[in-house]
Amino acid sequence: MKPSNFDYCRPDSVDEALSLLSEYGDDARIIAGGQSLMAMLNLRLAAADVLIDIGRLQELSECRQVGGYLEVGAAVTQAKLLNYPGLAEIQPLLAKALPNVGHFQTRNRGTVCGSIAHADPSSEIPLCLAALEGEVVLRSASGTRTLSAADFQTGMLATAIAPGEMITAARFPVAEQGAGYAFAEVARRRGDFAIVGLAAIARNGTLRLGAGGVAGKPAILEWQIEAGQLDDALNGFAWEMEGEDDIHATAKYRRQIVRQLGRKVLEEAKSCSS
Amino acid sequence: MTDTKTLNVGQPLERTEDLRLLRGRGRYADDLPVSPRTLNAAILRSPHAHAEIETIDITEAMSMPGVAAVITGEDVAQHSDPFLVALRQPLHQWPLAVGRVRYVGEPVAVVIADDRYLAEDAVDALQVSYKPLPSVIDPEEAASDGAPLVHEEAGTNLVSVRDFTYGDPDAAFAEADHTFKLTTQFPRHSYMPMENFVVVAEYKIEDESYDVLSNFQGPYSTHPVMSRALRVPGSRLRLRTPRDSGGSFGIKLAVFPYIVLMSVASKITGRPVRWVEDRYEHLTAANSCPNRVTTLEAAVTKDGVITALRFDQLEDYGAFLRAPMPGPLYRMQGAITGAYAIDNVAITNKIVVSNKMPAGLVRGFGGPQLYFALERMTNHIAGELGMDHLDLIRKNLIPAGSFPYKAAAGSLLDSGDYQKAIEITTGEGRLEDLIKRRDAARAQGKLYGIGYAAIVEPGMSNMGYLSTLLTAEAREKSGPKNGAISMATVNVEPMGTVSITADCMPQGQGHETILAQIVSDQLGLAPEDITVNVEHDTQKDQWSIAAGTYSCRFTPGTAVAAQMAAAQVRDKLAKIAAKNLNTPAENIEFTDGKIHAAGNPDNAISFGRVAGTAHWAPAELPDGMEAGIRETASWTPPELEAPSPGDHINTSLTYGFVFDMCGVEVDPVTAMVRIDRYVTMHDAGKLLNPLIAEGQVLGSFAQGIGTALHEEFLYDDDGNFLTGTFADYLIPTVAEVPRPEILHMASPSPFTPLGAKGMAEGCCMSTPVCIANAVSDALGVNVAQLPMSPKRLHALIDEDEPPRPSGAGQ
Repeated sequence: MKPSNFDYCRPDSVDEALSLLSEYGDDARIIAGGQSLMAMLNLRLAAADVLIDIGRLQELSECRQVGGYLEVGAAVTQAKLLNYPGLAEIQPLLAKALPNVGHFQTRNRGTVCGSIAHADPSSEIPLCLAALEGEVVLRSASGTRTLSAADFQTGMLATAIAPGEMITAARFPVAEQGAGYAFAEVARRRGDFAIVGLAAIARNGTLRLGAGGVAGKPAILEWQIEAGQLDDALNGFAWEMEGEDDIHATAKYRRQIVRQLGRKVLEEAKSCSS
Repeated sequence: MTDTKTLNVGQPLERTEDLRLLRGRGRYADDLPVSPRTLNAAILRSPHAHAEIETIDITEAMSMPGVAAVITGEDVAQHSDPFLVALRQPLHQWPLAVGRVRYVGEPVAVVIADDRYLAEDAVDALQVSYKPLPSVIDPEEAASDGAPLVHEEAGTNLVSVRDFTYGDPDAAFAEADHTFKLTTQFPRHSYMPMENFVVVAEYKIEDESYDVLSNFQGPYSTHPVMSRALRVPGSRLRLRTPRDSGGSFGIKLAVFPYIVLMSVASKITGRPVRWVEDRYEHLTAANSCPNRVTTLEAAVTKDGVITALRFDQLEDYGAFLRAPMPGPLYRMQGAITGAYAIDNVAITNKIVVSNKMPAGLVRGFGGPQLYFALERMTNHIAGELGMDHLDLIRKNLIPAGSFPYKAAAGSLLDSGDYQKAIEITTGEGRLEDLIKRRDAARAQGKLYGIGYAAIVEPGMSNMGYLSTLLTAEAREKSGPKNGAISMATVNVEPMGTVSITADCMPQGQGHETILAQIVSDQLGLAPEDITVNVEHDTQKDQWSIAAGTYSCRFTPGTAVAAQMAAAQVRDKLAKIAAKNLNTPAENIEFTDGKIHAAGNPDNAISFGRVAGTAHWAPAELPDGMEAGIRETASWTPPELEAPSPGDHINTSLTYGFVFDMCGVEVDPVTAMVRIDRYVTMHDAGKLLNPLIAEGQVLGSFAQGIGTALHEEFLYDDDGNFLTGTFADYLIPTVAEVPRPEILHMASPSPFTPLGAKGMAEGCCMSTPVCIANAVSDALGVNVAQLPMSPKRLHALIDEDEPPRPSGAGQ
């Protein structure tokens, strides 16, 4: 369980990181907290000739509110976001979801954007980003582009990051006045990958439910409250995700969770809304 | 010693080990210095459950930087012999696959290189051509006719079948008012040490010997297995174990094939070789308990008295029968009736091999397998008869006052009062509280159940129990095996300081603390005056085949040898002091560093002065006394006899009692189990150190929770291993383990001089089935398989779901 040989660079600026990226191309990988990538390198499930460590870049280590978004720099750890002053008011969904991300120790190193870049189907942060309709900011030597969460994550462990690009920030919409947010997940143990993770938003007569851990990427159900029976909508949603059996749960178990816990978490979001 | 002074034994002294361990000053096997010439090993492992190895191309790997050698099965077969097997069956195993692989993870080749990184690079460059063969994973399928053969030479996967009859079970079944039958499946799992296997091996060409440092834990009956495999006399396999261990739970016995492998690698390369197992290797290939399918039948009167049991035990040992397997199937043989007075027993023990990792020692060692079947059965009987489970347990317990009690299959249960233990546990409102909690939860529509488990916990194994596997005639031929020798040496240096070495390999138990307690009591010193060295060296220290730390042998075994060695020192010192004090040796006492006449503390001489005489002035010693003070004691209890011609076997020396009760709630949506309240009662005789005993109970309880709810090695139908990381193989963390309420009572063992019994495995045996009984009660089903994962429980409570709406997916 030792990684194959690699070079390690620690640039002093995003520009330098981008020039290293364009110099080494596909042979390079960005590393920040290393909570997913190091394990994959050690198991030799991933390999890189060069690691570009952006974990200490000052310009990426800030959270700030810009234009209706909470913008989280690519070097911000999960712990730092969780402890961001006023997070429970700025975006309650993040405040409710982040304690479920790994453990105290891993949150101290793992970054918010690293989790988004890794794109594990059962991760809480990509799920929140998708449920909230957030954005990912990508930079390359040739410029900056912003993708919606839906466009960014293309599938299981797959994203739209292009060669030479890196994530510089994720943007989470700040809470809307009167909207309610709730999060719940089922995992075998505290801190485990979710078998099913559920993020719910209630606002303006609309319910929005994001589900992780079932399909290859977070799936979204949006439903108008006046449209009638929620149970049918949840049942359709549960089936449409085409979840599969694995060692921890059956597809049927996942559907039951989506139907039953989904209703519960939506009701909780509704009760938090006004 | 006087009666008035407080003994150190029995006190809840803090562990002396913790001072260094909690400060990060532990020195584990991989922390110890090695020769700068040392090379490092990495192992290529089989991706196939069963395949022929056609070719291994090492050319590219050998050309890589830093690579000294690539070792394959051919090399190993040239330099070593296959391991001895307890069963007379051709199940040949070398530490590397020779010609054929039989489980995913089996070592196929070893790269020896300057460092582990380079070695792993070269492992990736090895080219092996396999011809896949049909594999067999499920034990019942493996045991059936026509199954693919794991070892063709054996001609069958069912390599041993033995029937045993004690009493007259057929008559009891014929006369029974009721008979019941339950089939249970115990899973494959292990308990995870934080520190994995470590071996540093050096071949010494000058005397053709091997010098090995490893975190091996015994039993040392495996030492001859290793030296035979290496084709050297035992004295030329020097095995050293370090002071500190990062946990074992039985697992580190299974390092022994790697000791042989790295020894061969050192011989081939002419350099010391180090191998440190990584977690992926550990999960995939280190060790598992055997999985067992038990079909248990019970003959019962209309009043709920169990008159006979009939066991059919099919135990799956994986691809090989490594020494000392099939221990788990036979360790509980004598005590197979557990805490119950049942005179008639029939047993069929079946051993099957399959294409899975080989089984080995895991804390509990046969106990969890037995009690999952037996205590699920008593719960089942109670339910079927409309009786309270606790009443049925009470009705069948071995009567108080009948100890030592000869159990039907031969165990001599030393002491106990099981009724009183249950009375204490249920008393002080504990049972009423559980019932109140259940009733309140059920009134709210919740799935809540109560479970009980009553078990007997063996301590210190009879080295002869495994021979029950052979017929009486075969035993006659191979010579008797019995006993369980423990050894310790107490040394007094010229200035009167005292040190002790022993035949144990502690893995976190706190042996250093307890040995100091025992020796200090004998010599009238303080525990901190005793230097304890638990490093072990087969060329320099006392040991016999039972040496090691396993099967709860320290308290009934090594601790006794330590007391005996210290008493021998005391007797010698008393004889020396008698002359100075002008009083007979029998009249001499040891108190607070002084040796004095009984009842006259002023007529005293210092401990150091008397001890010094033996070194500085041997001419002053009483006539015939040896100079110097170094006493080795050897202890083997007479109760551990060889199996009788009728296969009765006293499998262990001490038998503690554990009674657990708990309340659990099952979430109807997630099928997750929440433990609401847990009470565990232990009667382990006299406790040598109650604080350490509590730690043992907490640890075994946490691991019992793992067995009940989380831990399982999984394979798919093709034998692919599915639980190779800690994201898949789940260990309970502190968040999953509630604090149990621990109770003790003490029925001292008449068979151990200290009155103490082994007690480190109890909740590994009782907790899984206690929770299974509670979950069965909560759900109104018979839980028949562990662990009770949400996936498995969900299948038990699952209802029809709303159908797929037309247009949804597909």
